[in-house]
Amino acid sequence: MTARISRWPGIELRAADLYDGKVTQTRFHPDAKYAWSAGEAMSRFLQELQNGRFIARTCHKCERILFPPRMFCEECFRPTDEWTYIHDTGTIETFSVSYLDTDAKRIAEPILVGVVSLDGASPRMGMMHYFGEMTKDDIRIGMRVKAEWKPAAERRGSVLDVRYFRPLREGER
Amino acid sequence: MTKVGVIGAGMTLFRRRLQETGKELCFEATKMALDSAGITRGDVDMVVCGTAPDAFDGVAMKGEYLLDGSGGFRKPYTRVFTGGGTGVFSTIAGWWHVASGLADVALVVNEEKMSSCQPHPQSVFANIWDPILDRPLKPNLVWIFAMEMNRYMSVYGVKKEDIARVAVKNKRNAVGHPCAQLADPNITVDDVLNSEVMAWPVQRLDISPPSDGASAVVLASEDFIRKRRIKDRAWVSGVGWCIDSTMWTDRDLVFPEYVARAAKHAYKMAKIDDPRRQIDFAEPYDPFDYKELHHLEGLLLADKGEAPVLTREGVTERDGKMPVCPSGGLLGVGNPIAATMGMKIGELFWQLTGQAGKRQIPHEVHTGVSQAWGDLMQYGSVVVMSA
Repeated sequence: MTARISRWPGIELRAADLYDGKVTQTRFHPDAKYAWSAGEAMSRFLQELQNGRFIARTCHKCERILFPPRMFCEECFRPTDEWTYIHDTGTIETFSVSYLDTDAKRIAEPILVGVVSLDGASPRMGMMHYFGEMTKDDIRIGMRVKAEWKPAAERRGSVLDVRYFRPLREGER
Repeated sequence: MTKVGVIGAGMTLFRRRLQETGKELCFEATKMALDSAGITRGDVDMVVCGTAPDAFDGVAMKGEYLLDGSGGFRKPYTRVFTGGGTGVFSTIAGWWHVASGLADVALVVNEEKMSSCQPHPQSVFANIWDPILDRPLKPNLVWIFAMEMNRYMSVYGVKKEDIARVAVKNKRNAVGHPCAQLADPNITVDDVLNSEVMAWPVQRLDISPPSDGASAVVLASEDFIRKRRIKDRAWVSGVGWCIDSTMWTDRDLVFPEYVARAAKHAYKMAKIDDPRRQIDFAEPYDPFDYKELHHLEGLLLADKGEAPVLTREGVTERDGKMPVCPSGGLLGVGNPIAATMGMKIGELFWQLTGQAGKRQIPHEVHTGVSQAWGDLMQYGSVVVMSA
């Protein structure tokens, strides 16, 4: 960098040096398990997913309909006021066509994933989810979509109770 | 407030895997920074350590783990962590130690060793997502970049080839960097556009690599600099940092408002009211190529949607009117998260003191800005430095 510095420290290793045991090393496999209490707002949200509905919280001061729901309005910095159901239709705000799984391993069939803003909530308020019944060539920002729910008996109170969001069918809006 | 200058900087090689432990890397970077400032550990009043989640190294209490290599023992010592923003934020923490008058000399040491996490640090990145809303979807960190990049491209009608130009520029700039991991003098826009699609619109060469590495800088008061007759110094003239709401699916990702707020704070302090005229070069955070563009707009160095045009016109080349990432950035030098301080703060120091060697901007520069970014698309830290 500077003309004065001639030695830049660091000894590079290759992956094989580690996997073949060519360098002195030590290993550790943590096996921690976690269980999260979902809290006030998210518990109700998850219960309602099991019922096949999305629920939001309203703030009477800023008059926003907050989704995902929360027990306090971060803008007004006061408790939120009421529960209100919103729709299971919405608009794709952004998306990705992912050839990576959660560990960055390559997958052949891409995952369509993105942010969907839901009708009935304040503008642009939404959640991340998968998209289905469309191809990577059909999907676009601004597309109108609807939640495809799992059958009631298979719902567990999880965002996965929605399989994915799919394009609106004829007659739906 | 005491006037504060950067008087030394050091960094190790950035590589996918280094043999040295995190402590050893910290020692090397720290020793280089102290030697280049012409001072010893005894001159250092306070030490700040910046490093990302403990889970990368698989060592809890990582600040404590890196303590001895950072020269922080038996001294006031603090670890700071603001996600990827740590690369610039830790210097801000060091700055306030000195600006407040509490310390004459503060040392800042940043480290990341991402290779320890097997087989890929991606499995740890997954834990940054909300456990209830996001994690059941088995997200990948690249998704957030893909979603933000797609939004940015769609709203402004940006072409992928204009974004690819950033990767080409930075990987070529890195050829002059002795620590660089992914320098490539021959890379072309087509290489980037033809590289493997990871999570569209993100392709392999749009991304900076995970790395091991450490960096360090020394900050000192004006008094100390005068008394020791230190010639190579660059003044910290403005700092700012800001974080947006955690509800990321409620925000429009097209513009990094939090970066703009951090920048405005730093510019006000540095008495900059027309950043495009008063700032000579920039080191914005570039973990992905579109992020450089996004951040140039957040730093108010380009209008919204204009950064790709400036890039296409060559304005941001090292010999352009507003050189951007003359170091080679994260795309070219590597991305050991917090340790990217070596390209952000270190490069400003080296450029402003005329020590950047092959990377020296050919025309005279007086003021530079560096910026880092992190958390779930919500955090910005900004430092303005002047010759």
